Amino acid sequence: MTPLALAATGLVTAIGHGLEPTAAALRAGRDGLRPADFAGVTHGFIGRVEGVEAHALPASLAAFDCRNNRLADMALDQDGFRDAVAAAVSRHGPTRVAVVVGTSTSGVLSCEEAYRARDGQGALPAGFDYRHTQDLQSLAGFLRDALGLAGPAFTISTACASSARAMLDGAHLIEAGLADAVVAGGADSLCRLTLHGFASLELVSPAKCRPCDAARDGISVGEAAGFVLLERAAPGDGRIALLGAGASSDGYHMSSPRPDGAGGALAMRRALGAAGLAPADIDAVSLHGTGTRANDAAEDLAVATVFGPGMAAHATKGFTGHPMGSSGIVGAIIAALCLEQGFLPGSPRVETPDPAFQSRVVTRTETRTLRHVLANSLGFGGTNVSLVLGRR
Amino acid sequence: MTAYVAGIGLLGPGLPGWAASRPVLAGEAPWQSGEVAPPPPTLLPANERRRAGLPVRLALAVCAEAVERAGRDPADLRGVFGSANGEGLILHELLETLASDSPHLSPTRFHNSVHNAVAGYWAMAVHATAPITCLSAADDTFAATLMKALAELAAEQVPVLLCAYDVPLPDPLARLAPADFPFACAMVLTPEPVPGALATLRLVSGTASADPSFAALAAGNPAARSLPLLAALARGVPAAVPLGLPGAALLVQVEPCSTVPPSPR
Repeated sequence: MTPLALAATGLVTAIGHGLEPTAAALRAGRDGLRPADFAGVTHGFIGRVEGVEAHALPASLAAFDCRNNRLADMALDQDGFRDAVAAAVSRHGPTRVAVVVGTSTSGVLSCEEAYRARDGQGALPAGFDYRHTQDLQSLAGFLRDALGLAGPAFTISTACASSARAMLDGAHLIEAGLADAVVAGGADSLCRLTLHGFASLELVSPAKCRPCDAARDGISVGEAAGFVLLERAAPGDGRIALLGAGASSDGYHMSSPRPDGAGGALAMRRALGAAGLAPADIDAVSLHGTGTRANDAAEDLAVATVFGPGMAAHATKGFTGHPMGSSGIVGAIIAALCLEQGFLPGSPRVETPDPAFQSRVVTRTETRTLRHVLANSLGFGGTNVSLVLGRR
Repeated sequence: MTAYVAGIGLLGPGLPGWAASRPVLAGEAPWQSGEVAPPPPTLLPANERRRAGLPVRLALAVCAEAVERAGRDPADLRGVFGSANGEGLILHELLETLASDSPHLSPTRFHNSVHNAVAGYWAMAVHATAPITCLSAADDTFAATLMKALAELAAEQVPVLLCAYDVPLPDPLARLAPADFPFACAMVLTPEPVPGALATLRLVSGTASADPSFAALAAGNPAARSLPLLAALARGVPAAVPLGLPGAALLVQVEPCSTVPPSPR
């Protein structure tokens, strides 16, 4: 595929707002998890972003007000993202900048509140604005209006692979000539649906999650928003770029991965093919790495199938919690940060990597030059997406 | 970008399959409303079949019809699936539970509530390893799905299975996310000419007024916004159908592949 520069990034997770605090936390091995304290849920730990409750949307966008769009708005405020999009608009025109973003649950927290406030006849509160909050299109519509764009805008929802898949779908628009730049990425925010849903599957760890540890016992639910501005990269322009993306379906089960990791391996091979790279060109894999027994084991097998034993692998969810549909964009922006600054984060609390794993699980921060990083996102419905990042 | 329409699947009120509906869509026979009755999803394993909701049954039926008409192995077909309200039926149940004194969710209902559940079941049904993306764009969902399918076809130079579906939601969501009846359509699109292709589609710049036939039906379900395009394909004459995506002044140019009547298959 045509390499696409990450012309700008905006990221908020539980470890910080923007790149600088994110890098500092990753290098120091400092996680952002705390005992669950959200919407009455107190089981396990969560990665809750600071400042969402106090964040106000501009008055002109008030109809979009919900936790998910606040989180998105906070991400737009980071690292010059809004200015970079404005510059892209003046270069290409507002109709040539598209929005392709991912979310699994959009503004469902607002709908949960509305259902709890139903009257005796079952009617929702009059002020509840479904279209601008709960609807999946709310996120794409919010970004389009917040950034003053007029190009195609739609939302991708492929569970925990949503924002990674949005980068691939956005890349297709540029490749097909339907856009010159794309705001891609996604947002997913804490809500009862996700917290109770994963509890019902008995996949929530009572402690802080420990992806890849021998004693791992589940996930910590998190939230995050992250966006990239994608546009064609010129050869040698020095910027970190999306070099390839690949995806696959498991066709196996709605919430369990194929134990042999075949679907994940296929997505990784397709991403390498799209980037025109060989497995030996990849220096590290950013795992989807949720912290459940089955997911991490299947993913390790998939990585070993493609790269052989000993590939350096790390997971970011021990820092941020599992930010659901935002996982892919969090992985991609952190991978870009690692490529830029030359380091690999370790794995908080991982003392004993699973001895059955064939990958080399990075446990302590490593300072090293990286050429290319491959980042995985795996989701319910058996959807797998891999992204390859590096310099063109 | 040029895409060949190799197969179509359709289910809507008075539109029981593409083959059966073509004369109605072409204006050669009158439209009469009728119950939308998707067949049981026999492609799914028995245990999954029993639990399959209306969106899954609808989408699997139209995808199967389109793939059969195209004579394609569905396992290798990339998918672009679009739905405005997705699994709103299940979401409504989960929201009621979460609002109750005992917010314990069914794990099966929870994993079936994801927007890509239909795509996941299709992949399971046909043992697909090809990727499927799932999008949503409120009333513009069909336009966005078609644009994305054509973009993927052009970018990757591979066939794509497009599927759009929506079903009515219960109160209190019915008023907020209206769909008056179930509707689904599917198309197999290929980048190369294939035997029996119905027509070519091309996205071109421009504007045109919308075809008024089926306007009322089209307004009743986000997936039924496909009807102007389906009607143009059924008529088998060149046409330019507005894509209908805000921010994109684009037309879908429809060129029939030949004057030979469509295969009766």
